[in-house]
Amino acid sequence: MRSDENEIYNHGILMETLVQQLLTDIRFQEGLKACISCGTCTAICPAAQVSDYDPRMLVEMVQTRNEEVLLQLLSGDTIWRCGECLSCKTRCPRGNTPGYIIQALRALSIKTGLFADSKQGNLQLEVKRTVGEHILKYGYCVHIDEIDTGKYPEQGPVWEWYRENRESVLARLGANFNHEGAGTLRRISKQALDDLHSIFLETGAIERFQQIEDGTAKNSVNEK
Amino acid sequence: MKNKNQRWLSYQKEIANDHYYFARSCIRQNFFPASETIFLKILKEELGKDIFDDPEQTTCTGIAYHSGIIPLETTMTVVARQFAMMTRAGYENFVCSCVTSFGIYTEVLETWKHFPEEEKKARAALLKSTGLEFKIPANLVHTSDIIYKFRDQIAAKARLSLVNCTDGKPLKIVDHVGCHYAKIFPDKGIGGAEYPYVLAGLIDTWGGEQVDYPERRHCCGFGFRQYLIKENRAYSVTNSKIKFESMKPYNPDMIIANCPGCTFFLDRWQYVISEMENKTYDAEGYGIPVLTYEEVAGLVLGYNPWDLGLQLHQVDVEPLLIKLGVTYSQEDKFKGMNGKELGKPVKPQFLKTL
Repeated sequence: MRSDENEIYNHGILMETLVQQLLTDIRFQEGLKACISCGTCTAICPAAQVSDYDPRMLVEMVQTRNEEVLLQLLSGDTIWRCGECLSCKTRCPRGNTPGYIIQALRALSIKTGLFADSKQGNLQLEVKRTVGEHILKYGYCVHIDEIDTGKYPEQGPVWEWYRENRESVLARLGANFNHEGAGTLRRISKQALDDLHSIFLETGAIERFQQIEDGTAKNSVNEK
Repeated sequence: MKNKNQRWLSYQKEIANDHYYFARSCIRQNFFPASETIFLKILKEELGKDIFDDPEQTTCTGIAYHSGIIPLETTMTVVARQFAMMTRAGYENFVCSCVTSFGIYTEVLETWKHFPEEEKKARAALLKSTGLEFKIPANLVHTSDIIYKFRDQIAAKARLSLVNCTDGKPLKIVDHVGCHYAKIFPDKGIGGAEYPYVLAGLIDTWGGEQVDYPERRHCCGFGFRQYLIKENRAYSVTNSKIKFESMKPYNPDMIIANCPGCTFFLDRWQYVISEMENKTYDAEGYGIPVLTYEEVAGLVLGYNPWDLGLQLHQVDVEPLLIKLGVTYSQEDKFKGMNGKELGKPVKPQFLKTL
């Protein structure tokens, strides 16, 4: 891929530029008005407190609309540092939302496969294989059967006791664990799970899951 | 004074009085599994309200969406399906039990307001993939909004106040409302982003004293993918630690949290920090108990703490129960269904338990 100013060529064919693709995302349209670079977002950003992530810098970079700069962002770790708490939305005096810009950048990074060029981007596979797959298996993002103290040591000994004895503990607490019908931690109906799968297929989530799997696999082959 | 009151009106929100469609939380169901049951019990039995717990509801996908693994279109269509379930059940007041979900539902409705073509696309995608159609809810609230609305009625039935029974002084209570309750759309939360009052109002009404500390509005540190990915969890524990360090000088007796994720992190990271640094944020070494608002409402109404699931918190709640003057059986704490003996959890290395 080569870039001539704002035009991107792939095997000699003019492609939609990264800027053009970003502009079609309503989160990008809503997230970037005109940044005055005051730095308020960085001052209140939880990610900026624990890493070199700097939303002010990120918005400045995106605001240049320079393809090389965008390529660099989409291939790097920076866009994966945000925690999407969206504290930046409340505080920006000009109505920008760096967190929305991040959402659009992350989507484009996966779509273009560039996420696989960064260490943090590759880690999306871990999220896809847990939360993503749990939704289609259980109907919810999280499920007690999948949360052990090996992967989640911070859960601690009370959780370990609860998880070991979950049938009895949950029955005592009035849950409907793994049974049909309404209630806490019930088994989700086949119809509801089928609906979720159909929606994921229709709206691009299954495709994105595959992009995450393929991009990460390709990257690990290249590394070998 | 009139002007002041008028200004405060802009921080209020409409909360339907009855007939709710209830949407469960991914996190609350697993980590605080009695809380939603208690919420339904309070609404039905204490307040005489009609609320429908639909077996056909699902996740809103919020955690996956904010972690960047699914498209906005997917989230909008799953939300559309949730609204279709509500419509099919004959309800129009939608109440969700998760702050992330509340942010998601609000975001989707606001998106459809400003980009009507997105609503058309979501309707078409839902119809094509499931055959379902829906009406937009007349009222959308978080479960804590309803507890807030009826806080006086709950107080009228209270068996105890949030007061230290040994000296009669109000308990010092930290409230944590969670970022997505009002930081994204301030006009959708009671008190807005600047003066969130949804939990503070419960503290004030039920006899406690609010703790105002420098990092009161700071994020708990969930960070979605930052917690879900094991090697990124420093993000999460560090941000919780920022809050603990900031609140410690005010000696809080407990924390009430709005969002199930926040409740979980503020509880578990105290355990982790104690294991790593032998450090706790109370004077006695037990840690600061972290409760959901349903659990606090249940205590105020005199429910058995072990029916509220308080034994499932890593930070021991017993010191708090003693302060409140709650009568409880320590022997029953870790029993299962029908009094079944289940042994006891291993004690943490440093964090004390009674």
